[in-house]
Amino acid sequence: MLELRHRGGCPGPGGAGTPPPREGEAAGGDHETESTSDKETDIDDRYGDLDARGDSDVPEIPPSSDRTPEILKKALSGLSSRWKNWWIRGILTLTMISLFFLIIYMGSFMLMLLVLGIQVKCFHEIITIGYRVYHSYDLPWFRTLSWYFLLCVNYFFYGETVADYFATFVQREEQLQFLIRYHRFISFALYLAGFCMFVLSLVKKHYRLQFYMFAWTHVTLLITVTQSHLVIQNLFEGMIWFLVPISSVICNDITAYLFGFFFGRTPLIKLSPKKTWEGFIGGFFSTVIFGFIAAYVLSKHQYFVCPVEYRSDVNSFVTECEPSELFRLQSYSLPPFLKAVLRRETVSLYPFQIHSIALSTFASLIGPFGGFFASGFKRAFKIKDFANTIPGHGGIMDRFDCQYLMATFVHVYITSFIRGPNPSKVLQQLLVLQPEQQLNIYRTLKTHLIEKGILQPTLKA
Amino acid sequence: MTELRQRTVREEAPPEDKELESEAKIDGETASDSESRAEAAPPPAPIDDTPEVLNRALSNLSSRWKNWWVRGILTLAMIAFFFIIIYLGPMVLMMIVMCVQIKCFHEIITIGYNVYHSYDLPWFRTLSWYFLLCVNYFFYGETVTDYFFTLVQREEPLRILSKYHRFISFTLYLTGFCMFVLSLVKKHYRLQFYMFGWTHVTLLIVVTQSHLVIHNLFEGMIWFIVPISCVICNDIMAYMFGFFFGRTPLIKLSPKKTWEGFIGGFFATVVFGLLLSYVMSGYRCFVCPVEYNNDTNSFTVDCEPSDLFRLQEYNIPGVLQSIVGWKTVRMYPFQIHSIALSTFASLIGPFGGFFASGFKRAFKIKDFANTIPGHGGIMDRFDCQYLMATFVNVYIASFIRGPNPSKLIQQFLTLRPDQQLHIFNTLKTHLTDKGILTSALEDE
Repeated sequence: MLELRHRGGCPGPGGAGTPPPREGEAAGGDHETESTSDKETDIDDRYGDLDARGDSDVPEIPPSSDRTPEILKKALSGLSSRWKNWWIRGILTLTMISLFFLIIYMGSFMLMLLVLGIQVKCFHEIITIGYRVYHSYDLPWFRTLSWYFLLCVNYFFYGETVADYFATFVQREEQLQFLIRYHRFISFALYLAGFCMFVLSLVKKHYRLQFYMFAWTHVTLLITVTQSHLVIQNLFEGMIWFLVPISSVICNDITAYLFGFFFGRTPLIKLSPKKTWEGFIGGFFSTVIFGFIAAYVLSKHQYFVCPVEYRSDVNSFVTECEPSELFRLQSYSLPPFLKAVLRRETVSLYPFQIHSIALSTFASLIGPFGGFFASGFKRAFKIKDFANTIPGHGGIMDRFDCQYLMATFVHVYITSFIRGPNPSKVLQQLLVLQPEQQLNIYRTLKTHLIEKGILQPTLKA
Repeated sequence: MTELRQRTVREEAPPEDKELESEAKIDGETASDSESRAEAAPPPAPIDDTPEVLNRALSNLSSRWKNWWVRGILTLAMIAFFFIIIYLGPMVLMMIVMCVQIKCFHEIITIGYNVYHSYDLPWFRTLSWYFLLCVNYFFYGETVTDYFFTLVQREEPLRILSKYHRFISFTLYLTGFCMFVLSLVKKHYRLQFYMFGWTHVTLLIVVTQSHLVIHNLFEGMIWFIVPISCVICNDIMAYMFGFFFGRTPLIKLSPKKTWEGFIGGFFATVVFGLLLSYVMSGYRCFVCPVEYNNDTNSFTVDCEPSDLFRLQEYNIPGVLQSIVGWKTVRMYPFQIHSIALSTFASLIGPFGGFFASGFKRAFKIKDFANTIPGHGGIMDRFDCQYLMATFVNVYIASFIRGPNPSKLIQQFLTLRPDQQLHIFNTLKTHLTDKGILTSALEDE
């Protein structure tokens, strides 16, 4: 969610060099009057006091160079810079959407790898910003430690959650059994090693910087790694739980922009001056309709609707099942006022479409707050974009800032309203118990199942 | 674990600037730092909180010994307080843990305000406390309600709260997040983001640790008492050994720590841990998991002690046999575990202390706060405990007990019938393969 005004003013090629301060608050009269002494020679204090100084006193991060490919530049060389920029953004948007479709076609495993790749890139972008803000690129050890912590946290999360899905595979291998059983201990030991290395690496004049980078790394991990793991858990629930939320957010982005472009008049929030109420509300309604339709289209196919399972015989992921009730057409009687409008008594819907309304509503109403948060962050640290990976759009984080809250919401929604605990996890924990406990539980379960009539007493299943 | 030299400096040089200057000189930094520090609003000068009684009683001694006495008396007071609370039972312990958590949070957040001069930021104090409330609500709901399961199922409002718990907690957090975004003020973006980050890191440190402590407590009070006492013992022993035998400095970060203190403290703590666990393993009230009794509506600690807490014979390895003169020794298996706990407390626990020392140096503060006379803030006392709680929890989860069987059955009962059947069949196959389930048993 970039502000268009930045893009519009950017000269095409060779965008490096100090651009005139375009942010309103950096210009003229908003300078902080806090007096800061530049007498300190201690690196800690020089950059530590960075915090106490006003926003405008901080030097801008040097902008990155223009990475638009040569082909595009030649093709569009005739147009004015504003339209050229519009075309670049449009082409890149279409490219990204096609890439998205391609990966969906290739299957869940590729999707998981993609999510992991995006997570690593987002982490890298945010950490790089931290280095530049604190001029701490040369701090001893720190780059290694940041990546090490990323590895530890990923290892912990993958072991806790994803391993449950591979239960049958894991049962076979002895070493994996050992890793799973003592997983928490191993992850903790790895983290502790990183923590001790951090303490040992504290250097006299750089204490504050090092603590800042330590905290920056942890907050970044909290944001990026937890979100990406929730995304993967949603994915395992069924690809539709991954696709519909993400498309709703993208759709909201695009339609809010279009509505704002054509009808925008009243500004929405000071933080992002280009956002308008018309765009916000128009985007809301179009996203709900889009989500409704997308849910209808996707609910028909087993490929999207079934939980992803790992089959050990085939050694790959399969999505085959009996679709649950959520994904079976049901008749709903329409409330009276809609009856008059549509002139029908009942309508056949998938129950999932009702849920999709909730998802789209969240995507349109609360998702933008993730975008405002990222805008505020960029203004606070005087950066235009998180990075320059995607020409015309900025970094990966710029594309994913609205998704930030969506993944958590979908996960919480699923666990609260859709399904109970994860069956594979229950199974996993059962298999770890002591034999006597397992036997006891087996007897209890058997009694329960026979009582409920799920298990026939005479049938040896 | 405050450095003693800071204490003596404080006693001899009350004015804040002079003290900072001497500290700055020790660190080799330029004097201009302390100037600039003093220019901006300085943190409140450490008030001498020592009660009048003590002041008068010790007025004759030299300031160094007076300080030593103040610390000693306060140490004994805190240890006595600890014993009283243990006597009062698990409920009071949980409340104390909760209070300590809130106080630590308050101390660290106040430091953040002082560092960033952000005390007047709009909304921010409210938001920090609100986030603390949300995260506590989330953790208490996730963990503690498991222990109160039957109570929760009985009461309708509690049942609904528990069923939609994650959703409610997430909504609460989201409200706070949106308030934060709406409260961003033009000139203060960076400050506000810093305080937001600071709050979250503090929550991560303080709240998760305190919940792990409560988890450990529910396992059995011994899992709470032995680790905490080992850390305290290590503190005291390392100080004593360093005082009497200290010669080689340990780490630049804390110049008063010595290798002799470190190693002496390690051995003393292991021995102390062994003795303490021997004493405590004999009593049911320490050893049994804390349970909530629905009929009496209170906590009970009554059970058949598990294998860990029953005396067993161990053969002494040949090398020790000749020294000790016994063939076998009767120990509780828990004592073996206590060796692991004490080792962690002595070897890795101090890193928590170094971390806190580095933090205090980074932000040029002497103590986290001034709550306890002679010792500093609550956080100063608990900085070494920081890692210990997590370690004990991970240790228990990995080595002592597996998942909770009754909780598993509860989760099982909420699954769909086809899922239940699938799990049942897999379990059956697994048991049959392992030979635990035979056809004879099957027909029961």
